[in-house]
Amino acid sequence: MENINKRHSVELIPDKCIGCTDCIKRCPTEAIRVRNSKATIDENLCIDCGVCIRVCRNHAKRAVTNSLDVIRDERFKYRVVIPAPSLYSQFLRNTSINAVLTALKRIGFDDVLEVSRAAEMITAETVKILTEEECPKPMISSACPAVIRLMAMRFPSLMDNIMPVSAPIDVAASAARQMAMRKGYEPDEIGVFFISPCSAKATAAMYPIGMDKSDVDGVISIADVYLPLRNIMAKLDPSEYEDLCQRSFEGMGWAATGGESADPRIENAIAVDGLENVIRVLEQVEDGQLDDVDFIEANACMSGCVGGPLTVINGYVARNILKKVRQNAASIPPCRERTVDIPRGSVSLRLKNRISPANHMRFGQDMGEAIKNMEDIEAIYAELPHIDCGSCGAPNCNAFAEDVVLDGIPVEDCIFMMRRKVKELAEEMADLAAKMPQTMTGEKAGN
Amino acid sequence: MKLSYTVLEGEYARAGEASSAVKKVLKQLAVPANVIRKIAVAMFEAEINMVIHANGGVIDVDILPDKVFIQLVDTGPGIPDIEKAKQEGFSTASDEARDLGFGAGMGIPNMMKNSDFFNIKSEVGKGTTVEIAVNL
Ligand SMILES: Nc1ncnc2c1ncn2[C@@H]1O[C@H](COP(=O)(O)OP(=O)(O)O)[C@@H](O)[C@H]1O
Ligand code: SF4
Ligand code: SF4
Ligand SMILES: [Mg+2]
Repeated sequence: MENINKRHSVELIPDKCIGCTDCIKRCPTEAIRVRNSKATIDENLCIDCGVCIRVCRNHAKRAVTNSLDVIRDERFKYRVVIPAPSLYSQFLRNTSINAVLTALKRIGFDDVLEVSRAAEMITAETVKILTEEECPKPMISSACPAVIRLMAMRFPSLMDNIMPVSAPIDVAASAARQMAMRKGYEPDEIGVFFISPCSAKATAAMYPIGMDKSDVDGVISIADVYLPLRNIMAKLDPSEYEDLCQRSFEGMGWAATGGESADPRIENAIAVDGLENVIRVLEQVEDGQLDDVDFIEANACMSGCVGGPLTVINGYVARNILKKVRQNAASIPPCRERTVDIPRGSVSLRLKNRISPANHMRFGQDMGEAIKNMEDIEAIYAELPHIDCGSCGAPNCNAFAEDVVLDGIPVEDCIFMMRRKVKELAEEMADLAAKMPQTMTGEKAGN
Repeated sequence: MKLSYTVLEGEYARAGEASSAVKKVLKQLAVPANVIRKIAVAMFEAEINMVIHANGGVIDVDILPDKVFIQLVDTGPGIPDIEKAKQEGFSTASDEARDLGFGAGMGIPNMMKNSDFFNIKSEVGKGTTVEIAVNL
């Protein structure tokens, strides 16, 4: 058992933050507060979904990833890049996978191993679990780390429903290292670099969920690799394309919603995307309403990873491009040599550790204390204006009431409570002013 | 602590909101996951019944350190034969409710299975009261 909600890649760039309420209101876990005119992220609540990166108009949120310079790190004698399939969906005018992969090598990587290849092995394992093994229904995909972290925090009763398979990135990374070792390199001379569509995968690649250690040495965002790649691709003649594609057409499908659950052997599957929708579906699972469903594919991002927060083009457009990429790729003649890059049995396809709920006991150390705090929160909430204006720095009046009781935030941080206090004070002063001292009441003698 | 919810007549799309809110509170109180799951299933089924079989009603929830007590009161048509209603698969749900995925006749059996105390009182023409308690 391990607590997965402690590591993060999403962070604030304080100089750019103007302390507005855009991100606090959009964060799906209410993890952000504005304090002293700057947004602050509660690390216990953040799931690295990247929504705040997307919505901040001042670009004050970012995901910590490696810059492309990491490949020039002297430590590494052999560099293998493992691109997420969502990368292929980013180039409007070139839908050849071999163009993308060749360009990646020209950037400075020595070899390529596609995460989509690993995804296909995970699909096979998923089918095996669903059809041959005893498991609770519905099983929920473990592919989107933002969803897994959300579940650890908000859906502790569904931990056993999480599909216990490895993330394709971890499988690909381990296979990539072995591939380089077979070429004669020592493990620590090999650099494995993941090209990521999102902050959640960036975190999970460095600190894998349900595994002891990561085989990933660096994570580069699609956004950072996009322009260099595009520029090389524009200059490449098709005759220069190397045949690097591993023909994992099904695995490429994982990049968009519906792809992971498309295998015809998975009979009753639901594919849901967008965190709000995911939450709604998970609520239904919890209420026992979806017991007849076998598998739920859940992606935090609309359209799936092609719509990830570190991608470049519109997710809906990207989804269409991905379709073309897969069609094009299907016309490349088979090549046996590269399709066997991940030998069976060489990588672990199952999660080693169980994922545990991430309960941080925000409301109290025991039930008694927690109930008392909740009652105090209810009482404060009843006094608030319920218009969720955000001026207090909390996303809504309810969250503010929690902050008052649990974090000792003064209730006067609410401008309405402040005005009420001022009014009360003013009335009290008027009352006081009307009161006459004893020496001035009563009739004056001698009139 | 006490919580109270009004369930509106015919609001199929919003049915389940009260159980959702209770689940949220229980999670914040760090109630064990398996207990939350029991309460969620039992309360959801009872809440849905208020919408599809009666005309809405009132739900009162009392969260105590050792148990959660839920009372659901409606003034709907009532249940003529409670023993029959408790049987698995028995349902008088309308086509409308069935089209929305309700009406499998497993609601009351699931409430009984997922509670430590269960009581249902009903009078035809007057209404139905369901009481559910789950130990923590
Ligand atoms: N609140 C209620 N008011 C009136 N009738 C009810 C109520 N709850 C349950 N019933 C009756 O009991 C039957 C069985 O309920 P339940 O087990 O939940 O199955 P379902 O709701 O799927 O029909 C219902 O079909 C209905 O006839
Ligand atoms: S990454 Fe997501 S969960 Fe974390 S602070 Fe931003 S919006 Fe909230
Ligand atoms: S849907 Fe994909 S891109 Fe979006 S957060 Fe999840 S893993 Fe990342
Ligand atoms: Mg029912």
